[in-house]
Amino acid sequence: MSVAYFLQQLLNGLSLGGAYALIAIGYTMVYGILRMINFAHGDVFMMSAYFAIYAVAVMPWYVALPVVVISTIILGVVIERVAYKPLRAAPRMSVMISAIGVAYLLENLANYLFTAMPKSYPQIDILKRVYSFADGAVTVSRVTLLAPILTIILAVALVQLINHTKLGMAMRACAKDQDTARIMGIQVDTIVTMTFIIGCGLAAIGSILYFTDRSTVQPYSGSLPGLKCFVAAVLGGIGSIPGAVIGGFIVGICQIAITAAGYSVFSDAFTFVLLIIILLARPSGLLGEKATDKV
Amino acid sequence: MLKVEHLSVSFGGIQAVRDVTFSVPDGEIVTLIGANGAGKSTTLRTIIGIQKPKSGSVKFHDEELVGLPINEIVRRGITLVPEGRHVFPDMTVQENLKIGAYMRKDSLTDDLHWVYDLFPRLKERSWQAAGTLSGGEQQMLAVGRALMAKPKVIMMDEPSLGLAPLIVKGIFDIIKEINRQGVTVLLIEQNANMALRTAHMGYVLETGRITMSGPGKELLVNEEVKKAYLG
Repeated sequence: MSVAYFLQQLLNGLSLGGAYALIAIGYTMVYGILRMINFAHGDVFMMSAYFAIYAVAVMPWYVALPVVVISTIILGVVIERVAYKPLRAAPRMSVMISAIGVAYLLENLANYLFTAMPKSYPQIDILKRVYSFADGAVTVSRVTLLAPILTIILAVALVQLINHTKLGMAMRACAKDQDTARIMGIQVDTIVTMTFIIGCGLAAIGSILYFTDRSTVQPYSGSLPGLKCFVAAVLGGIGSIPGAVIGGFIVGICQIAITAAGYSVFSDAFTFVLLIIILLARPSGLLGEKATDKV
Repeated sequence: MLKVEHLSVSFGGIQAVRDVTFSVPDGEIVTLIGANGAGKSTTLRTIIGIQKPKSGSVKFHDEELVGLPINEIVRRGITLVPEGRHVFPDMTVQENLKIGAYMRKDSLTDDLHWVYDLFPRLKERSWQAAGTLSGGEQQMLAVGRALMAKPKVIMMDEPSLGLAPLIVKGIFDIIKEINRQGVTVLLIEQNANMALRTAHMGYVLETGRITMSGPGKELLVNEEVKKAYLG
C-alpha cells in the first residue's frame, strides 16, 4: 500500500466521518432532551438531499444551500410537533415507535413524490473543484477537504453554545430534569424545538457534504447512513456531543478503511458488529454520562 | 397578597386538595403543616402552575394565576424551592444560581452577591458541580436559586427534609433573614415545631382540608396540634 493510497483513503474517511458526525449530533441531542432515539433522523437527511436537487435546479447555489437547510429544519420541527409532541406524557417507547413510523412514512413519501429511481445530486462547482497532489496520486474534491473542517468548527461552536449561553444552559437543564427546569420558568417545548432546529440544520449540512461526494439519491439513501450515525452516537456515548463527533469519525474512517482493504461487503456489517460490541462492553459509550447525583 | 380560594385539586382519581382557602399577606411567613399526603405539596404545585386545579382560584395581587403557564407565574414573582432540592447536579453552583434567574433579562451581579452573602458556603464552592455538595449545601443552593428570580413570594417545600438538626436551624435562620429583607414566604413542613416558631400564620392540612389555622405561636401551644404534630 503506497503512502498516496493511504492518504487518499484517510481523506475519504475523514470526509465521510465528518458527515456522519453532523448527523450523529442530531441523534445525540434529541436523545439528551427527550430520551428517545429519533429513528426518522436518517430519513430527514435523505429528504434534505431531495430538497437540494429541487432547490439547486431553480436558484443559484448560494441561495439554494440556505434554502435546503431551512426547509430541512422546517421538516424536522413539523415532525416533532405532529408525531412526538402529542406523546410527551406517553412512555418513551411510544415516541420511539412513532419515530419509526415517521421514518417509513418519509421513505414512502419520497418514493411516491420522487420515484424510486435514483436521482442525480446537483454538482455544485464550487464544492466539486478537484485538487490533486503528488502528481495526481491523491485527488480530492473541495467538499472532501471541507467536510471534516466544517464539522469540527460546527461542533466546537455548538459545544460553546451549550456550555456558555443561556439557551445552552436551558438545554442542559431540560436534559437533566425537565420538571425543575419548568419551575425555573424554562419553556420545555421551546427548548425541544430549538434542539430539533439545531439537529436538523446540522443534518442538512451533513446531507450536502455526504451527497455531493456520492452523486445520487434514492428514497432509501438515508436509512443505512442514519443507522450508522446512530451507532456513532452510541459509540461516542449517547447524550454527548463531542462523543457523537468522535463516534462519527471512527465509524466513517473504519468504513473507508474496510472498503479500501478490499472487504467492502463487510463494511456495513462491521458497523453493527461495533454496535453489539459497545453495548456489551461499554454501554455508556466513550464519553457517555456518568451519574453524579447525590441526594 | 397571595390568595388561595376554594382550591380543589385531584389527579389519578384522588382528590388531593379539597376546598382549601388561605392567604399569604405581603411580607409575612405563612406555613402549611400536615402529615405526608395531606395535600401540602399539591397546593404549592398548583399555585406555581404545574398542577391544574379542578376548581377554585389563586390570586396574586388580585390577578388570577390559574390557567397561566409556569413561566408567566414565575415572571409575576412567585418561585418554588422543590421538595428534595432538585439542584442541577452537573452544573456548577454559579450556573445553578444563574438558571434561577432564567426569566430575568437585567444584570445578575448584585443578586449573585446578595445570595453569596446569605450563603458564604456557596461562594466558596461556586465553581464546584452542585452534585458534589452536601445535602444542606444543596438545600442552600436550591433556596439561593429561587432567590435569583428576585421573587416577591418564595414557596418552600419541606426545606428541612433529611437534614441534620443543626443544619435545619441554619435553614430556618435563613428563612427568617430573607423574610426580614422583604420576601414573602410560604413554607410547608413536616417539622411543625420549627415551622410554627418561624411563621406568622399557620394552617394545618389534613387529607386535603384545612382543619385549623391561627398565628404560629398559638398553634404551637394548641393541644390538638401538639398531640398530632409536635409529639
